[in-house]
Amino acid sequence: MVAKRIIPCLDVKDGRTVKGINFKGLQDVGDAVELGELYARSGADELVYLDISATREGRGTFTKLVERISDRINIPFTVGGGISSLDDAARLLDAGADKISVNSSAIARPALIDEIAGKYGSQFIVVAIDAKRSQDGIWYATTHGGSRMTQKELFSWAVEAQERGAGEILFTSMDHDGTRNGYPCGTFAELAGKVSIPIIASGGAGSPRDIADVLTRGKADAALAASIFHYGEITIGELKRQLHEMNINVRL
Amino acid sequence: MIAIIDYRMGNLRSVKNALQRLGTEYIVTSSPSEIMKADKVLLPGVGNAEMAMENLRNAGLCDVIRELRQPVLGICVGLQVMCRHSQEGDTECLGIFDSKVMRFTPSDGLKVPHMGWNRISNLEGKLFKGIPSGEYVYYVHSYYPQLCCDTIATTTYGGMFSAALKYENFYGTQFHPEKSGDTGELIIKNFLEL
Repeated sequence: MVAKRIIPCLDVKDGRTVKGINFKGLQDVGDAVELGELYARSGADELVYLDISATREGRGTFTKLVERISDRINIPFTVGGGISSLDDAARLLDAGADKISVNSSAIARPALIDEIAGKYGSQFIVVAIDAKRSQDGIWYATTHGGSRMTQKELFSWAVEAQERGAGEILFTSMDHDGTRNGYPCGTFAELAGKVSIPIIASGGAGSPRDIADVLTRGKADAALAASIFHYGEITIGELKRQLHEMNINVRL
Repeated sequence: MIAIIDYRMGNLRSVKNALQRLGTEYIVTSSPSEIMKADKVLLPGVGNAEMAMENLRNAGLCDVIRELRQPVLGICVGLQVMCRHSQEGDTECLGIFDSKVMRFTPSDGLKVPHMGWNRISNLEGKLFKGIPSGEYVYYVHSYYPQLCCDTIATTTYGGMFSAALKYENFYGTQFHPEKSGDTGELIIKNFLEL
């Protein structure tokens, strides 16, 4: 069977990786290509690069970076951040991205998913959902780094995204992201019961045990994490060895 | 010189980069004469098999490919169009490999597309020189080539399917060697050394 994937996520601003608690208080942790290569060598199954540049110049820099990543990295990588049109998708495809992820722009205009999947195939499009549990206990998708709640209920939005052609769902609990207290595994398992495409779990990993939990109890196909790798607390190789010892099928 | 066939089926950049990392010279072309002259030919492809066949027909490349005598490697949809038939769009393909391409049926625990790293086993021939059985390679696909007499590697996902095929000078991998880390790089190197 297909192995569970471990995916480091690199937030990129002006060609450098950054990561902050709950997307705030950014801290520079290194060159994006070098860090990606290091991760690939230490056993990362894929990489995700998120462009968090806010300016046009920043976006242009990111496209150049994607070309450099594609030249140097021999495993698949996804890019995301600010993709709101078929043209954006085409530009990143040409630069060498294997997949793109869309988030707020797909909520604003869901047909974007159909357009990208229709033109480049479902394998090329990941729909990222940043969700929060509301006071009534229902999970809703948010935009703008979790600061804006939308009317899109998590599960129905994920099903809609799949029907429109999404190849994977990247689900981040904004209630858990950056807390390092683990993932909401019950919610992940429920999501896995509703869609048939792979689910990447993001936001909340503090330990290998947390990642093991979301891959087993949470039924996620992949786990995405940033901080625990960026700050060198555990290498990807060591994490995968521990997961293997917990009888989780990973590529060693 | 290696010819990468450009028939407007997805991005060729990762295949080009893989050859570059190995220090190999290549051209990207849709010209029959350049393809026929090349020492080796790569037929990549991402997307839809029906459209891929249409593009090959429109470019006048179907017979050109069938008649090649140098080593040819089809990757993903590039392999699929070298089979007999694809269920995707009920498409007649080039008929080089004696295999039919079928869609995975989603079921509990079997997600479609088949995406990620899976093992290859039952490895045969020079393409897999130095690669132990059970090694992981990277897949992204919703359609798979059935097992047949040309199968030279298998992967299990739901059932067993052809991870790689070989008929005479024609090779194909359903997985993406250009995205399969060091293992994939070795497979491409093996192909280049055929």
